[in-house]
Amino acid sequence: MTATAVRPRTERLPGVWGLGLRRGALEIRQFFRQRDQVVFTFAFPVVFLFLFASIFNDDVEGAGIKASQLYVPAMMAAGIMSTSFQSLGVSIAVERDEKVLRRLRGTPMPPAAYFLGKIWLVLVTGVLETAILLLVGTTLYDVALPSDAGRWCAFAWIFVLGLTACALLGIAVSSVPGSSKSASSVVVLPFLVLQFISGVYIAIDTIPDWMLNIGALFPLKWMCQGLRGVFLPDSAQVLEQAGGWEFGRTALVLGAWCVGGLLLCLLTFRWKNRREG
Amino acid sequence: MTTHANELAVHVRGLRKRYGEVTAVDGIDLGIRTGEVFGLLGPNGAGKSSTVEILQGNRDRDAGEVSVLGADPAHATRAWRSRVGIVWQDESAPAELTVAETVRHFARYYPRPRDPEEVIGLVGLEGKAGSRIKALSGGQRRRLDVALGVIGDPELLLLDEPTTGFDPAARRQFWDLIRKLSVEGTTILLTTHYLEEAEALADRLAVVSRGRVVAEGEPAALRERYGSGATVEWNEPDGAPRAVATDTPTRTVAELMRRFDGEIPGLQVSRPTLEDVYLRLTGQEDAR
Repeated sequence: MTATAVRPRTERLPGVWGLGLRRGALEIRQFFRQRDQVVFTFAFPVVFLFLFASIFNDDVEGAGIKASQLYVPAMMAAGIMSTSFQSLGVSIAVERDEKVLRRLRGTPMPPAAYFLGKIWLVLVTGVLETAILLLVGTTLYDVALPSDAGRWCAFAWIFVLGLTACALLGIAVSSVPGSSKSASSVVVLPFLVLQFISGVYIAIDTIPDWMLNIGALFPLKWMCQGLRGVFLPDSAQVLEQAGGWEFGRTALVLGAWCVGGLLLCLLTFRWKNRREG
Repeated sequence: MTTHANELAVHVRGLRKRYGEVTAVDGIDLGIRTGEVFGLLGPNGAGKSSTVEILQGNRDRDAGEVSVLGADPAHATRAWRSRVGIVWQDESAPAELTVAETVRHFARYYPRPRDPEEVIGLVGLEGKAGSRIKALSGGQRRRLDVALGVIGDPELLLLDEPTTGFDPAARRQFWDLIRKLSVEGTTILLTTHYLEEAEALADRLAVVSRGRVVAEGEPAALRERYGSGATVEWNEPDGAPRAVATDTPTRTVAELMRRFDGEIPGLQVSRPTLEDVYLRLTGQEDAR
């Protein structure tokens, strides 16, 4: 190397984990500064919980619960998916379209730091969303906090695996919309369909089997089912398609989606718009 | 590697890029010396942006050799990216953050960044350091873009049409900034379709037309080489204006002096401007 062309660079490049943490702090700061986004993100599942649980609050025959109780874990699962899948799917598509991603790519920032930052954001908003729904559910809709360590533990892994799988799918789906204008339609439609066939809006025992089977291919159905297992009494197992909570199977499906979602992201992620080549 | 004064910061041979049926870059050669300001001048669609994007490592090429700071940008590493600053044609930074937050954050990406406060001052945004980016004017945003381009203390700065959309005053301020960076030793490549900008800033420039370099050299030398000849203009006694293009203007004037006894009305001898040369080189003479 020559003295004229290259100035000495003895300093090491900043580390990935540290930069990921800094990006996370930046993402969270940006998120909370967009006040309308904050309000709608957190209010959406709460409003839906209120609507559904108020309309359907009869006793469910033979299950020992009220219909309103079914909606607490259901909305919690939908809330986890909306803070991860929907918010990442839309926001990354917008960042790509507005060339924020291209700018980052032109710096020595390691790509992993960008994704770590997104994970921190999703983790913070997901925990907040879940806490709000838990508060509303326990105070208004007769849902009890888990009574034993086993159920708390199940709650934790369902949250982590579900959030991770949905976040990865959100990153992957962000490459589908052609522009930021179409991003929310492209991302919201599959999410809405999944909510109908996974037992979020409509009780699991009234959905046709073939629809449930399609829903069972995706994480949301298993997140709903697992959270019902955490928050409802065992007498409600009779409503399930398989007649039980199936924790083991839930862990397997969600784990598989984490791996599959990661592969999908690695294969499809783009820093630039399709139009830009 | 041996040390010599004319070490090339950017070396391009036979660069080609096609988009479907359209050939954007059709065999460009460039050599940019360390420490100089190099202008890539040409009309819209001449292939300037494609070339710069390939040099940035943000676009694949179809053919040609490219070396930027001794490495192929198609295989850019983090270490290489930390030595190259980029200012894009149309830029966007996160709107909800303040100027200071953004510049400080970007400084974290680099192994040896400049002082964020100093860079904010360098681009003239001291008064806006605490403002959200969404509250900045277009010109202020561009200056923030430059701040983010130089925060890593790059050896090479690539600017793609940096002043498009600037008003004249903002453009002058921007030129001063580029000169400051150049004095500090940064090698600068800028594309522009403003001739006066290339003439004001560039030590050397290449004129690009239809994906090829049609002329290269110092601005004055280009005018010398491609702008031979002169135009002699005067008014006939009946007031009719006349103009003659000639390689021997002195002889033409001498003949006129014999015809007109005394002052020659409306006499003017002009050499072609760089703009004339540019328009001729890029085949846009009709545009005048």
